[in-house]
Amino acid sequence: MTRGSRQVGLPAWLIAPAAVGALFLVLPLAAMLTRVEWGNFFGLISSDSSVAALKLSLRTSSASTVLCVLFGVPLAMVLARTTFRGQQLLRSLVLLPLVLPPVVGGIALLYTFGRRGLLGHTFEVLGIQVAFSTTAVVMAQTFVALPFLVVSLEGALRTAGGRYEAVASTLGARPTTVFRRVTLPLVFPGLVSGAVLSFARSLGEFGATITFAGSLQGVTRTLPLEIYLQRETDADAAVALSLVLVIVAVVVIGFARGRGAI
Amino acid sequence: MTFELTGMVRERGFDLSLHVGSGEVLAVLGPNGSGKSTAMSLIAGLLRPDSGTASLDGRVLFDLGRPGRSHIWVPPHARGVALLAQEPLLFPHLSALDNVAFGPRSVGQPRGTSRTLAQRWLVEVDAEQYAERKPAQLSGGQAQRIAVARALAADPRLLLLDEPMAALDVAVAPAVRQMLRRVLHGRSAVIVTHDVLDALLLADRVVVVDGGHVVEEGPTAQLLARPRSAFAARIAGLNMVRGRREGHGVRGYDGLFVEGLAEEPVGEGEAALAVFRPSAVGVFREPPGGSLRNVIAVTITELEPQGDQVRVRTAELSADVTVAAVAELDLAPQTPVVFGVKASEVAIYRA
Repeated sequence: MTRGSRQVGLPAWLIAPAAVGALFLVLPLAAMLTRVEWGNFFGLISSDSSVAALKLSLRTSSASTVLCVLFGVPLAMVLARTTFRGQQLLRSLVLLPLVLPPVVGGIALLYTFGRRGLLGHTFEVLGIQVAFSTTAVVMAQTFVALPFLVVSLEGALRTAGGRYEAVASTLGARPTTVFRRVTLPLVFPGLVSGAVLSFARSLGEFGATITFAGSLQGVTRTLPLEIYLQRETDADAAVALSLVLVIVAVVVIGFARGRGAI
Repeated sequence: MTFELTGMVRERGFDLSLHVGSGEVLAVLGPNGSGKSTAMSLIAGLLRPDSGTASLDGRVLFDLGRPGRSHIWVPPHARGVALLAQEPLLFPHLSALDNVAFGPRSVGQPRGTSRTLAQRWLVEVDAEQYAERKPAQLSGGQAQRIAVARALAADPRLLLLDEPMAALDVAVAPAVRQMLRRVLHGRSAVIVTHDVLDALLLADRVVVVDGGHVVEEGPTAQLLARPRSAFAARIAGLNMVRGRREGHGVRGYDGLFVEGLAEEPVGEGEAALAVFRPSAVGVFREPPGGSLRNVIAVTITELEPQGDQVRVRTAELSADVTVAAVAELDLAPQTPVVFGVKASEVAIYRA
């Protein structure tokens, strides 16, 4: 439907609950804005620990987004373009972190990659110490963000359907060529929106990170952890840093919308 | 023989054989759900049959489900079979030219060579002026022309056309059909269609498929003039009474008797068909006197304008009359009328 060509009237009674819903989402952000100490804003967000946390957050979130794309694209392809026994089960398991409390995810990661975890010994032999490192932060973020990319991309793949790919294959294109020249370009907006969602989810990750990676300044203390800590000692700094997170989120969503991805 | 297929797909009740000679265009006709598209998918390699074999130019495409033989399955991209569907399905992110160049590029030809080749095919389908456009900027007819060019640029040994005109505007279909007639000349192709014109103008031979089986097969002109299946008669626009030879005519299985001229000797009681054109049928409000041998009382079910004529349909038969006659006789659905046909207009032959 093109803009301005609505043909069916909206039931008038929908407007009131819609307005309440929108207010409920917007009002807390507005309330936070009223509490920001504008005079000292830059002072509050430029303390050593704050800058370190922001940098760490951006770095780890970018890394986890890259990992989400590297593993999520193949996973979405397998879920959308093949059928096999247990596929439904696999899909449910992949989506589990979406509904799992992140703290539980953190505990699960700890018992897998921690020193005494399932693979911990193997890693130790290899001289890799995962838990309570920056690597652990990235892993925690990837764990909670990967399903966002898979869901978003699988939806795009199903919407695009397999017909273009079928035509491409009868034109002589091998599966890899079809994937590269037809599938990926067709679902690119879905991929971007999935990546943006993953980045945003990584940026806000708290529960799994603090459980699996701890809170070491400059190493594992990301911005949400920093905000949580500051709230106990310096509420003004916490509010200012929260605003920074809001701004980063708005920029990310604006960028994605500008590209028509979400 | 260029192409041969035998395939069985159990869950669709599909079990048929086809062959296409070198440089021959085969039309596959049949009602919806008859298995035409299944046949196309099998040939293109997009569907795997439970058993069967196919070969193209002496090369095996698949050989499945035969005891004591190892399975062979050539993937779609290695078959040399290009598929043109009802929808053009041009890749939306590529220009028309790059769409056409897709096939050559995919088999490793350099970009420049592929584009030159694509340019040539665009000229061939009268679409060179659209080369730089994206598919969203093309009309249905233009897009389908480019889809034809794209399929041909892949240099297929066998071209599959799955109702290529079905999604087109009636106004542009004739021009696309003419173009197809030109580019299909001398090529091996299979065209699935609903339209008798496609079969007549594009195909050398026709098979009629129904219920997953071939029910009729023959040279196009012959099959359309002398259909042996109800479907072929309907698409050829002919009336057909199927029954047994009785006296000078055919007694239909439904009891209707039609007198006619036998085109070949048909013995009394033998299964026979009586076929006549709707244009040979006169429509009357009252039974006419005179020499008409066939006078059949019917009830109109539908009036369908066809140019300056109107096709008067009843449950079994149809008649073509002028618009003036419809007005004069005050014809409408549910009207009881009488169809009259001269015996000399009715061709009788063996079923």
